[in-house]
Amino acid sequence: MSFKTKVGSLAAYEKGTIELNDDLKHYAFSNIFEVANAAKPYERVMVASNLEYCAEVVRAEGSSAWYTAPHDEFAIVMDGEIEFTFFQLGDDQHPGHKAGAVKLTGEPKGKRMGRIRARRGHEVLLPKGAAYRLSASAPGVALIQTSAGPESVERWSQICVLD
Amino acid sequence: MNMAITQNAKVIASDPDPVLGYRKFRFGSFTFARDAYFVHVSWPKGIHTIEVDRFLRAMVRDIGWGFFYGWIFFDDVFGTQNHYGTVDIFAGTYSKGHRDTGVDFLETFNTDDVRVAFETISQNWINEGYDPLRAPMETGSPLGAKTRERSDPLIRGFEPARRMMGLPGDVSPRSDASGHPINRAFADLTFDKPDIEAEPGFEGQIHAFNLFDHIARADVTWNPSFTSITRACICCVTSEEHMLPVIHGNDRNEWFIQLTDEIHWNIQDKNTGNPRGRIVMKSGDVCAMPADIRHQGFSPKRSMLMVLENGTPGLDEKYAKGELEPFPITAARWR
Repeated sequence: MSFKTKVGSLAAYEKGTIELNDDLKHYAFSNIFEVANAAKPYERVMVASNLEYCAEVVRAEGSSAWYTAPHDEFAIVMDGEIEFTFFQLGDDQHPGHKAGAVKLTGEPKGKRMGRIRARRGHEVLLPKGAAYRLSASAPGVALIQTSAGPESVERWSQICVLD
Repeated sequence: MNMAITQNAKVIASDPDPVLGYRKFRFGSFTFARDAYFVHVSWPKGIHTIEVDRFLRAMVRDIGWGFFYGWIFFDDVFGTQNHYGTVDIFAGTYSKGHRDTGVDFLETFNTDDVRVAFETISQNWINEGYDPLRAPMETGSPLGAKTRERSDPLIRGFEPARRMMGLPGDVSPRSDASGHPINRAFADLTFDKPDIEAEPGFEGQIHAFNLFDHIARADVTWNPSFTSITRACICCVTSEEHMLPVIHGNDRNEWFIQLTDEIHWNIQDKNTGNPRGRIVMKSGDVCAMPADIRHQGFSPKRSMLMVLENGTPGLDEKYAKGELEPFPITAARWR
């Protein structure tokens, strides 16, 4: 018996269905690839939200700004190849906000920590208190486990199935 | 509702059945007996029969999950509810017919006592060659008389990551070396490693691993492993095939992210069990499971599922008291 595993992508995905005798807003049903196809590069669009925590979809295309967060974040590459570059922060660059990612103003002032090239299925640590940047030569998609923060974008009415 | 609280309960085993060889067990006010095909659970005013494969698949997962978040229904009648220190075992409590006729029963025990009881029962009732954590096509049958008890661990839930899987000092992903080959259902995928180039002195501080490879090597189904943790937000990944052998009643909101293939979910009202409908999730789909439902999944082909849980202590009580709405995206956020 052979198997064919189905994995969605920006170019080809098939959305499922939700048929409930209930308010569909309670389920917030969306699709990562559909959200990424409609997003601007590096918008951090929430697709899951659990009180202060969330998951954000990012369309990687070109280079992002530099981000940092006061806690660990994790990126799972869902399509394409994405390069993650890491630097230490300067003493005056450590985030003062409580949660979520924030853009740095300017370049990180600390030492270069390294880089990771990740492809579909790879999970990448975005370490607490480090600066990181994403770049991709072709469009890719990352799902980021994080907390809601200043860069989080909410557009539930646009991304969710409501009827 | 008929209820009891029992402290320091011990499971009491009978002599082996002279024909089939299995023991019968008494725990609190419940008794558990099995024959060749079925498990019979009885309590002061009632008795209920469950097919033995379904019962054992549910029981070993209930133990392995630490009774999980909320309600674990072995079927529409029997199950457990986790209170994080104590556990209810119930029969008919969430079944209108049982309640209307007064034959429902719920008994509260210390968590460790339930764990010991369920482990004792499972150990006696599971024979070599049958592994309830595997997909049905990958294991033998639980039917028939007792043969030889399994000697390997029945419960082999993956040790949870503390920060992120694969970091120095944290748990390692599955591999050939750990005895976890790629499952037959994912043999068509290719798995490579991320390219990590750490500057001198930063080795181990930047990190990545192949999450799909880790899931594809799971030797268990419907049994999550924690791979990364953001404060109290836990990323759990699982390999799903055939059916979730329990119906999970949520005591908080959780989120499902379908990584590959598809799962069909039946959704029910948590309190009544009345059907609300169904959801079919395909690769890339994201869906909340609200705090007021029960759900059961069916995965026609082995698939990869990611679940985001909020492990903040006390959340169950806040939802139960109505201090939090039983769905994640509140009205003001829909714009």
